[in-house]
This record gives sequence, C-alpha cells and structure tokens, in this order.
Amino acid sequence: MSEAQEFKYIGQRTVRPDGFDKVTGRAAYGADLTLPGMIWGKTLRSPHAHAKIRSIDISKAEAHPDVMAVATFKDFVTLQSESIAAGEGSADVLDLAKNCLADDKVLYHGHAIAAIAARTEQAAKDALSLIEVKYELLKPVMDVEDAMKEDAVVLHDDMFTAGYEEKPARASNIATRVEMKMGDVDAGFADADVIVEREFRTPTAHQGYIEPHACTVTYDEDGQSMIWCCTQGHFDVRTSTAKVLGMELSKLKVVASEIGGGFGGKTVIYQEPVALILSKKSGRPVKMVMDRDEVFIATGPTSAAKLKAKVGIKKDGTITAMQGWMAYEAGAFKGSPMMPGVMTMFTPYDCPNVLVEGFDVVVNKSKVAAYRAPGAPQAEYAAEMVINELAEKLGMDPIDLRLKNAAKEGTQTIYGPKLKKVGLVECLEAAKNSPHYQSALPEGQGRGLAAGFWFNVGGQSSVTVNMNTDGTGTIVEGSPDIGGSRASMQMMAAEVLQIEPKHLKPIIADTENLPYSQGTGGSRTTFATGMAVIEASEKVVAQVKERAAAVWNVTAEQVDYADGVVRNTAGEDSMTLAEVCKGAEKTGGQISGSANINARGAGPSFAVHICDVAVDQETGKVDVTRYTAIQDAGKAIHPGYVEGQLQGGAVQGIGWALNEEYIFNEDGVMENPGFLDYRIPLASDLPMIETIIVEVPNAFHPYGVRGVGESGIIPPLGAVGYAVGNAIDRKVEELPCSPPRVLALIQNG
Amino acid sequence: MVSVVYEAPDSIDGAISLLANADVPAKVLAGGTDLIIQTNGSADVSRLFVDVKKIAGMLDANLSAEGLDLGPSMSCAEFTAREDIKKVFPGLVEAAYLIGSTQVQGRASIGGNLCNSSPAADTIPALLVNGAQCVIAGPGGERSVAAEDFMTGVGRNCMEKGELLKTIHLPTPAANTSDAYLRFIPRTEMDIAVAGAGVSLTLDDSGTCIAAKVAIGAVAPTALLVSAAADALIGTKLDDDALQAAADAASAASSPISDRRGTAGYRKQIVGVLVKRAAKIAATRAKGN
Ligand SMILES: Cc1cc2nc3c(=O)[nH]c(=O)nc-3n(C[C@H](O)[C@H](O)[C@H](O)COP(=O)(O)OP(=O)(O)OC[C@H]3O[C@@H](n4cnc5c(N)ncnc54)[C@H](O)[C@@H]3O)c2cc1C
Repeated sequence: MSEAQEFKYIGQRTVRPDGFDKVTGRAAYGADLTLPGMIWGKTLRSPHAHAKIRSIDISKAEAHPDVMAVATFKDFVTLQSESIAAGEGSADVLDLAKNCLADDKVLYHGHAIAAIAARTEQAAKDALSLIEVKYELLKPVMDVEDAMKEDAVVLHDDMFTAGYEEKPARASNIATRVEMKMGDVDAGFADADVIVEREFRTPTAHQGYIEPHACTVTYDEDGQSMIWCCTQGHFDVRTSTAKVLGMELSKLKVVASEIGGGFGGKTVIYQEPVALILSKKSGRPVKMVMDRDEVFIATGPTSAAKLKAKVGIKKDGTITAMQGWMAYEAGAFKGSPMMPGVMTMFTPYDCPNVLVEGFDVVVNKSKVAAYRAPGAPQAEYAAEMVINELAEKLGMDPIDLRLKNAAKEGTQTIYGPKLKKVGLVECLEAAKNSPHYQSALPEGQGRGLAAGFWFNVGGQSSVTVNMNTDGTGTIVEGSPDIGGSRASMQMMAAEVLQIEPKHLKPIIADTENLPYSQGTGGSRTTFATGMAVIEASEKVVAQVKERAAAVWNVTAEQVDYADGVVRNTAGEDSMTLAEVCKGAEKTGGQISGSANINARGAGPSFAVHICDVAVDQETGKVDVTRYTAIQDAGKAIHPGYVEGQLQGGAVQGIGWALNEEYIFNEDGVMENPGFLDYRIPLASDLPMIETIIVEVPNAFHPYGVRGVGESGIIPPLGAVGYAVGNAIDRKVEELPCSPPRVLALIQNG
Repeated sequence: MVSVVYEAPDSIDGAISLLANADVPAKVLAGGTDLIIQTNGSADVSRLFVDVKKIAGMLDANLSAEGLDLGPSMSCAEFTAREDIKKVFPGLVEAAYLIGSTQVQGRASIGGNLCNSSPAADTIPALLVNGAQCVIAGPGGERSVAAEDFMTGVGRNCMEKGELLKTIHLPTPAANTSDAYLRFIPRTEMDIAVAGAGVSLTLDDSGTCIAAKVAIGAVAPTALLVSAAADALIGTKLDDDALQAAADAASAASSPISDRRGTAGYRKQIVGVLVKRAAKIAATRAKGN
C-alpha cells in the first residue's frame, strides 16, 4: 500500500449501525432471549476455596416438584486431557469441563458444583439448598509465594512443572517455567553505569464488563441444539461446548447476542454446556444468567503477579541489559498469560542483552481469563517503573531516554522475529509535543509516563458480502462486535464498493451461516475481519465488472469501476452498481463475494500515556488530574471508535492501578464480589482522557490498519504508579494505589 | 403460604395499629432504598410493609423560629433543594446530598437513613451535631428521644414494636453557628463512608469558638458525639493545635473494625483528618453567617 492513500469514506465519524438499537434498549443481549416452555437454570457454588468433594447428594433436589433437571460433572462425556483453542490462547478440555462443574475437588470459592433447572428462577434458586455436598476441607493456597514453596499444599497431584529438561519428581503448583533470552545480560550489566532492580506486585483484577454471562439454550429430541449467548467468539463456544459434551459441530448452532462488554473475559465457556445438559435432561429450553457476585467469584479475573525488573544503563542513556522475573497466578487451572508477559516485558526497547524468566502458578482462585493485552500490563508495569527511575537517576527526560532506546523497524525481539515498521518513536514524539507534556506540572502534583507494547493478532475470519437487487448489500461477518467494529466493516466495504456506508448492513452471522471465524480478541477484528471484508468486496467489484463487460461485449479489463459506476473504457457506456445488481438475474445470477482468510501480518500497536495526579497527603487518596493516551492505530478507520478504545483502555488501566482488587479473607473467600466494593472508576472520578491517534500504516493491511483494542490498558499501571510515587516522593512497588496503601507509603516510607 | 402484604395508611394511628397488631415481621417503608435491598430475593418469610408516605406531614419540612420540623420520609432530592434549610443547616444538607446517586436521592429519606441505623449512615453525624430530637409515635403515645440516644447498635435503635418515627426536630442554632459534614470514600460517589465527621460550631465576634459539637460515623457500632473533640475546640480560635487536638480526640474515641472498606488503623487516622477539615468548613460558614 502507498503511504498516503486518499480515502472517500474511511476516516469519517459515521453513526454506528447498532446505535439506535442500543440507545433505545431494543438491542437483544445474552439474557434477552425467552423461548416457549423455557425454564431456569441456577448454579450451586462452593463456599470453600479448597476442598475435596466426598459426596454430592442430589436426590432431594430432584424430588422438588418444580425441579426438572440436575447436572453434575458426571454428565460430561468421559474426557481425556487435550489442548484446544479457547479464547486468546489454548485450554485443556478436561480443565474446561472441571471448571464448568467441579469433579472431585473444589478449587476456589465460587467453583460450580451442580446446577438445577426448575420451572421458575426462584424455584431453581431455592432448590440449590436441597443439594447436599460433603467436603473435606484443605488449606487454601492464595498467592504465588505460598504456592511456589517446596512444601506447599498442591492443588493438582498430577501436575508436574513443564519447562525443565527432566520431569520433576514431585507434583507442584508451578505449571510451567519459561525462560527467554538473547545476548549476555551479565556482560550487559557489567557495562552499565547505573543499575536499578526492583520487585513489584499487582492484584487480582476483573474485566468488569457490565453484562453478566447469560445464555438460553435448546436441545431437541434428535440432538439438534442451539446456544444463544453473549460471547466474543461464538465459533469457539461451539468448539469447546461440543468437545466437553462429545457432540458433532453440525448439531450445535451458536448465536452471538449483542454483548455488553467482554474485554477478553467472554472468550471461555462457563454455563453453556451445563445449560445444554439441563435442556437435554428436561426437554425444555433453559436460560441461565449469572448474578453479579457469580461473575466476580467464578469468571474472568486476570492474574495477580509478582515481578522483578532489573535494567542497566550507561550515563549517556544507552540501555545495556534488561532482566525480568515473573510469577503469574493462573487461578485454579494452569494457563495464566505469563507467556505474553515474558514476551512483551521489554519489547519497547532495543537492547541486545535480555533475559526473562516466567512461572505459571495455580492458586485457589477462579481460573483467569484473557483481559485486554493479557499478561502485558503487569510485566510492562514493572519494566516501565524501572525505566522511569533510571531516567530520574540520570537526570534525563523520560521521553528522551525512551527515544534513545526505542524499538523500531529491525529491532530484534526476545521472542524471535525482528519488528517490522512500528510507531513507537512517532508515539513518543507525539507525547513530547503534546499540550499535556508541554504543560507545567501543577504545584504538588506528580507526573508519570509509560509506554506499552502489544503484538495484536490476525487469524481466521470468514466474510460474505451479498448484493441486493437495488445495489445495496449485506456484510455477513462472524466477529462479535464489542467495540463498534460493525461501523468499521461498513466503511471498509464502502471504500471498496464506492457507495455510502449506510447502504451496507453489517450483521454478525451465527455458526451455521459462515465457516469458522476466530473470536473478537487480540485486537484482530478491524485488522483481520476487515481484510476479509475488503477481499470479499473486491470480489463483488470484480463480478460487477465482468457482468458489465459481458453486456458491453468487452473484456473485464476494459471496464473501469469508480464512485459506484462501471464505465466502458472502450466506449461510452456506463451503468450504476444498482443497475448491474438489478440486471444480475440476466447476466449469470446474483452477485456476492466471500473471503475466508487466515490473516497474517498483524501490526503491533505501541502506546504512550502521560498521567498527572494529586495525592491527598493526609488520606492517601489519589486524584488523576490530567491524562493523555497516545497510540499508533496504523490507520484509524473510524477515529471516534479508535479514540473510544484508547480511552476505555486507559480507564481500565487506571482502575487497576488505583482501587481495583480482589479482597479475600483468611479462608480464601472473596469479600468484595460487587461493584460497591470492587471499585472501578466512575465517570466523576476521572478527567476527560485526552487522545492522540498516531498513524504509522501497517504494510500488511490494504488500508494500513493495526488493532487498537488492547495496548491502551498497558501504560496506565506504570504511568499512574510512577505519578503517585512522584507526588509523594516514594517508590510505588505494589498496586493498587488505594488510599490506605498510599497513606502507609507516605507515613512509613 | 408465604405472603408479602403492602399497606399504605393515611394516618399515624392507622400505621401504629398495623405495626402493633402485625403477626408477621412488619416494617415501615419510606423510600425503600435500604429496605427493599435488604429483603430482595428472599420470599422465604411472610412480611408486612407499612408505607408511611401517604400520612400527612411525613413528606414535609417546616422551618420556623423554633427550628426545623422534618417529615422523616421527605426525599433527599426535595430536601436538598430547599435553599431555606440549606442556609441554616448546610452540613445536614450536604450529608443528605451524599446519599447514593440522583436516582437514589429521588427516594431515599433522612428518616430512613436514621432508622436503618447503619454505623456509616451519612446524615446521622450531621443530625447529632445539630441536637436533633426524634419524635416517636407508638401505641403508648408520643415520646421524644435525642438523636444520640436513638441508635443502640449496628442496625438497631430504641424503637419498640408498633412505633414509628414521626418527626425529626432540629432546634434553631444560636447566632454565628454553622455546621459541616465530610465523609471519606476512595472514589467520588456511590460508595459507603470509610469514615465520616460532622461538626457544628458557634463563634463569638472575635472568632473564638464558644460552642461546638463533633460527631463521627463509620468508626464505631453507632455514630458518636465526641465531647472531648468539641472541648478541644471550645475557647480556641481554631488554630492548628486546637484542630489537631480535636482530631486526636476523635481518633481516640473511635473503635473501628477492619473490613473490605479499610483497616481499623486507617479509619482511626482518617476520622481525625475529617474532623479537622469539617471544623474548618463549619468555621468559615459560621463567620459568614
Ligand atoms: C445505590 C445506593 C447508594 C446508597 N448510598 C448511600 C450513601 O452514600 N450514604 C448513606 O448513608 N446511605 C446510602 N444508601 C442507603 C440508603 O439509601 C439510605 O440509608 C437512605 O437514607 C434510606 O432511606 P429510605 O427512605 O430509602 O429508607 P427505607 O429503605 O424505606 O427504610 C430504611 C429503614 O428504616 C425504617 N424506617 C424508615 N422510615 C421509618 C419511620 N418513619 N419510622 C420507623 N422506621 C422507619 C425502615 O423500616 C427500614 O428498616 C444507599 C443505598 C443505595 C441503594
């Protein structure tokens, strides 16, 4: 693609096609499907963080007059351990099933044990108390420190640490150890004039989507079944559910409802297979909707982590060595995002000597799920805090220090490839020139800055563009729209078809209407599904030219297409797109284009954030007074929704840095499973997040797109953490910066 | 068979009779912003709800030479819109304004806040420093109880079966008196006080504090009047030492618990900070009067 493309529609701020439905309340979300004869499912959850299940007696519940079915782990097919694609990574099917309904052990407070379907929601709730479970309590293991001890209580006696040459002799809570390196860090540190090494901690945090997990399912006499649910990836819901229930894919249709937030957390199954079991047993449609406390205790959080970062630097600001160590909580089953943590930690820097070691550790908390740039915020927080401290020690501007060492085209990454063209330098320069950075810091406040790197992914997307006989069209795609992507698809198709976006209706098809499409995650949809939309639209244009050529008796190459009109370059003839579509029945049948692609060449998106805070020295309360998010979008298809992603990422990261954390009592029971005491920021807590979109095109996308959904959550942890430290003249090594913790830092140093 | 009965009598006597004769747990319903949440989802026992909002006077507020007679069920939204009351009791109005959100304020009442008797209730410290009297009506007639004697524990108060709160009376403050209420929460709204402090001050012409009341919330089983903190202010010009002495007295009088909203140690400190700050605001207001 050329550097400076002229666009007709791309870059406009159109009204989103789902806007009216959403503001009027018409949009149908996960809990909004009701079917004739439908009954309600409710889940019995463990009150204990760690226990063996001695027995489950469901006979009394089954005898309840309103109860129509009861499900336990026994209802799953016999499963072997097997890794399948799930969410933004992979999962073991057996673990998936054991997380949906506990087998012989409960592994966290909130772990599902059994489910009941009854005629009413209240009856289902009431009947839960009729299920008798006998437990043998075990000591809960609540953090990586305890979990990694030699004599730790072990969650899974069949788990042996992977990543060592020899299989360890004893089972352990460490699922995996990873080491990545390049160059020679010892030599690099020997070259350094200044070295800073610190240890950090981040808390268990939840994605905090407003819509709870919900589904309505049916299972017919002949085994045909349907799941309606809110998910980021309905094809993956189908794969996972079919696997744990031993079904053929053709028997299971999954429909993605509108979705009220996911942020990575709606990429895994929880209730869906359980509801299907209940539907199969009862012969009725079954609806299951989680309560808010269930969402907190049994879904989604991201890893709490313990990290170390050590960076060496020369007096002139050249970084000579970078070393990291991290242990990530996976929750009850292996599979934390430690690996992307290891890979991203130092990627914003061009340094030849890097060594990072990571551990994936199980603890008695709910299994973590992907959360916006999974694993990166924790690791890059540690790195960015140390980089800022080095800048301070050298008396160097933190942007200049980063510019001196910034990753750019050709920089060797620790995980293998060299970077292609990326926009970190451009983001840093934009930050430096921003009104915010140019402004003097108000008296008594603190300022922090941090960079963030996320890979972004491509992957499989299937799209069909169907043209109507009046020249309008439908864009049939398989990527649930969490952040306004339908508007972007519309604009990309419009750009190719050269007609106004409003004439093209984008829809999210169910799993029976398209081949497999990966879920919306990894910032892939506007990039990869967008590429498929462009390719499918180009096929439509090619057909339109062929049809016109046939009518005019010329070759397709002699036909030109522009502004929605085909022209015969060998004559005077022309036809509008609508005329070609109208005549399609006579020229070979209706016109459509499909593209089922596996997109390669996702372009990483770098972000740089600037944060000012005021700290109440007597209470420890932190107020973010000004905040600017700068990020490389490659090309912003819809700038308004790109800004929304930048702001949303920043706000989630600020929440994580300031007040969000799971609080557990000594028995491992979560004490704040609700939005009252799990404190995500309110609109009134924050200033307007200023945004600057940088556009360094990604050569692998026809219009230059990079994904923008995730990088924005990475820098806030370091930017806020450092700003707070700057305001109180302390080192902030533990998040969140909640008032009691900040006051203790002020008073105790 | 479980049944939930809703009654809306139009007289105090009607309400008393319903409450006194109920053979199932009976509750007065004002805005319901505590009550409905507390009973949500449990259709397990029969209940009687007696809505008192149809009774004359329950939703009114009269400001006269004697002071304020507040109908306990008046919504916070209506209460905080009363400029005349705000002039006299700005601290109580700001306490009422802190409750919940715009939506919650349309229903929530000061009487409900008081009768729910949560240790963290925002209006209670402000009522205490203004010498509020609770007029209670019951089968045996009416009685008046000082607000500081009204609460008897966490979520408990001195009302007996068949009784209800009829009026909250606040005497007219002396000249050059004003009040303030502050609470601490980690965010800006929609949260429950980690600690709260109300202060009322009377100044003489030279700016010396001649009378004071200090109340603290969320740091003991009930909101408390702290006379030692008030004494530390009386006779001073509210210099830093006096304010610090009041803060220390408030911290010393508190006996907070550690929970998900804050540790005991943190709450003890914060309540002192709030007392200092509220005293400064009250003093500024008193000077302006
Ligand atoms: C989202 C939300 C946010 C909130 N935020 C705050 C906050 O910031 N600060 C705060 O202090 N509270 C807060 N609350 C709690 C609640 O809103 C307040 O306590 C409110 O003042 C209660 O008033 P009400 O009229 O709704 O009481 P109701 O719920 O109707 O009654 C509360 C209790 O008082 C009894 N009662 C009410 N009136 C009388 C009467 N006249 N005689 C005898 N008994 C009576 C009832 O029987 C019940 O036990 C919040 C609640 C919600 C839902």
